[in-house]
Amino acid sequence: MSSTRPIAPGIYTDDDPPHLIGGRHCDSGKIVFPLPADDEQYAPIALPTRGQLWSWTVQRFPPKSPPYAGAEPFEPFAVGYVELPGALIVESRLADVAFDALRIGLPMDLAIVPLRTDPDGTTVTTFAFRPAREART
Amino acid sequence: MSGDAYIVGIGIHPFGRTAGRTGLQQGEFAARAALADAGVEWRDIQLAYGGSDASGNADTMVAQLGLTSLPFVNVKNGCATGGSALFGVYSAIRSGAFDLGMAVGFDKHPRGAFDPKPSDWGLPDWYGEVGLMLTTQFFAMKLRRYMDLNGISELTLARVAAKAFENGARAEHAWRRTPVDLETILDSAMLNDPLRKYMFCSPAEGGVALILASETKARALGRTGARIRAVAVRTRPAGSFEVFAPALTLERGPSPTVIASRAAFEMAGVGPEDIDVAQLQDTESGAEIMHMAENGFCADGDQESWIADGRTRLDGSLPVNTDGGCLACGEPIGASGLRQVYENVVQLRGAGGARQVPKPVRTAYSHVYGAPGVSGVVILQR
Repeated sequence: MSSTRPIAPGIYTDDDPPHLIGGRHCDSGKIVFPLPADDEQYAPIALPTRGQLWSWTVQRFPPKSPPYAGAEPFEPFAVGYVELPGALIVESRLADVAFDALRIGLPMDLAIVPLRTDPDGTTVTTFAFRPAREART
Repeated sequence: MSGDAYIVGIGIHPFGRTAGRTGLQQGEFAARAALADAGVEWRDIQLAYGGSDASGNADTMVAQLGLTSLPFVNVKNGCATGGSALFGVYSAIRSGAFDLGMAVGFDKHPRGAFDPKPSDWGLPDWYGEVGLMLTTQFFAMKLRRYMDLNGISELTLARVAAKAFENGARAEHAWRRTPVDLETILDSAMLNDPLRKYMFCSPAEGGVALILASETKARALGRTGARIRAVAVRTRPAGSFEVFAPALTLERGPSPTVIASRAAFEMAGVGPEDIDVAQLQDTESGAEIMHMAENGFCADGDQESWIADGRTRLDGSLPVNTDGGCLACGEPIGASGLRQVYENVVQLRGAGGARQVPKPVRTAYSHVYGAPGVSGVVILQR
């Protein structure tokens, strides 16, 4: 029996489609991500699921472990910042995209993707952004 | 405020790797060299500021230099450690309370040092687990956006690296002393697009000490060749893009470099057009390019033609990183900012030998930048 769990609680919702959980400052209205734990000054909010790629790079070499705990063996992966309109610019892994197709301004959608499989068979998932359906080739 | 302050002595321990000598010992080495250069004794020094990021407390070097009871302030300010030490001594001398002081910085980082933990930065563990806890990604993403918005090419990144190794080959204190051609740089391994192996600096070792004096003392010593016109250290303002940020606000703001640079120019009463030589933070080759604009030397995008035309080479109109910068010297965090000032004093004295800028050098600029968003600028004048 294999099961699935998010890499940490409180980063994204498990509804369909999922949302990243940000925080809105009660006084200033400032939006943050992730939602600060145990801070009553921030109310949780669902962040927009579609945005545009703001910048990107490719992680070509294995990051040091710890803290890195991704799939073995290491495969290069893309990371970027995605601008979510009216909210903020979120840093994220990028998924389902050829590295040479990455460009600033690319429409991106939130996705929940497998990060690794733990020794007990549990699939650990994380959030990522991938090209919006109409932008995928 | 009292009169001006001057740099009357400089000392450096070669950067790179020195087996069998601790970081602290490299700092002591630099301190002795600076004292000898100034023609003063340790007992003449009235106060000191010093620090390292990872090699211990600077003030313990009194055990070796002499127990003279001077005030010795330890600084631990990340990449701004050297700049903050210099700022401390400078301010003390400008206050009129002291005539002679020393700023010293050193470090000894092993290969592949700098492995930050999310919890040390107030970040959740998942941030590191998914593979976002890497400074190199930040440099790459700041640069990627800058290149796309301002028309900077990968060839220009390679040209900056090639210049660094060419200059480093001419600097006795540099670590990488072999020129590397453009083709080798452009063929080297891609680490974080668009940055390749030869475009990044590495953690290293080294030490630098500077002796500062009041105007009266500098005149008495007959060493008035490097007057400090400005020292400005600034931390990040709102909207600055910095390392390890899970999210950024939509409203973007200037970098701490822009703010420190403006403050320094205002303090010195000079402008970018008055600068004859500049040492700019080059953690990677794109940083040097972006910092040319952030420090006010050119408009965004002009770097493409400036660098193609060789304007930042030793014989150009604005030589940048004349000793090869961090790319050729490596980055011992506590010493790096002071190395830039050391190099500027060398250039002001016309003592650069094979790397001496051929045109007359009257005004010299240095800029250090580091995580999590701190910049220090020093302007010197002959």
